[in-house]
Amino acid sequence: MDIDENNAEPKIELNCCSRKPAIELHKGSKLCKAHFIEYFESKVFKTIREFDLIGKKEHLGVAVSGGKDSLTVLHLLSKLSKQNPKIKLTAILINEGIKGYRDKTIIDGREFCEKSRIELKVYSYKEELGYTLDEILKILDVKPCTVCGIFRRYLLNKKSRELGFTRIATGHNLDDECQSILMNQFNNRIAESARLGPKNGVAESSSFIQRIKPLYLCTEKEVTAYAFLNGILKEFNECPNVAKSYRAQVRDMLNDIENKFPGTKYSVVNSFLQTLPLLKEKFKSNSPINQCAKCSEPCSNDICNACFYLEKIELKKDIKVE
Amino acid sequence: MEISVFIDRENSSRDVVLEDNTKVSDLLKKLNLNPITVIVSKNGELVMESEKINENDSIKIFSVISGG
Repeated sequence: MDIDENNAEPKIELNCCSRKPAIELHKGSKLCKAHFIEYFESKVFKTIREFDLIGKKEHLGVAVSGGKDSLTVLHLLSKLSKQNPKIKLTAILINEGIKGYRDKTIIDGREFCEKSRIELKVYSYKEELGYTLDEILKILDVKPCTVCGIFRRYLLNKKSRELGFTRIATGHNLDDECQSILMNQFNNRIAESARLGPKNGVAESSSFIQRIKPLYLCTEKEVTAYAFLNGILKEFNECPNVAKSYRAQVRDMLNDIENKFPGTKYSVVNSFLQTLPLLKEKFKSNSPINQCAKCSEPCSNDICNACFYLEKIELKKDIKVE
Repeated sequence: MEISVFIDRENSSRDVVLEDNTKVSDLLKKLNLNPITVIVSKNGELVMESEKINENDSIKIFSVISGG
């Protein structure tokens, strides 16, 4: 199996063995359960090596939601950590405060970490920012995923730095990346695409903890199959804010195209990977990273996006009270 | 034949009438599900779309879509 620069997809035999196949990959390869697990793990560890996602000595934070993607990353990095004691692992979970959703997935995350004996740190919007996401959305008229993403990334970076993490691993998969690439294209936000890729960021700064995506080349279907075969697949649970989001519409469109033209998602991500070095160079910032005037977190303006929205919340909340 | 199909996204089962020698792919078509968006288990084992379904088989359909 190889990942070369012109084709990020691993090469594999069409039929693996005489055992009954359990999954068919988009190129027609049919794999039995054991060979699929081997294929999947090999692909993830090769992604880590090819894109230099993990160094020889790390304290990795793994951003966990309790869903299949983040638990799969945790499961695989836990294997890596057991083989290499210089790779320390701590799970971190941000509780946004979404009733009927996050409260359920937290239970799955906690259970998995306890069973796997992985330390889990939990931080909530309520305790750290003063409001749950549900409360914020009652005050502000904003797109839920936008504001939620800002606060989640803010807390993840801040807490990861405080905990001494060298990098943060997330459960982002090939489908997530493909959606982000197209969303940025459709909205002419190409500078934001420069921040994508198997490891985030265009600027290097000690205040930013780099985020890595070990499942970068794994489709959502492959991750689900792997999670199912390893007993990690939990009860389906969907964030109530996601269903009608722009991302969900791009996701559905992509799945329709993938069904008609298998391999489309790989092609989008693979061609993006070839242009990514040019994008990173073009949008590399020469100016030093600012510190937020209010919270001292890294940002590109005078105050960071999280403080900007927190100010808006305070203002609107007071108006409502008056 | 009539079989009960568990659909995890709906957290419920549906009774579906199928012809004999029906494949998983036919079932997905009948339920209007894009095969890219699901995995299917038969009697607890992960199966491909070409798998045949028989009466008394326990069929479960899991959504691959991330919830958050």
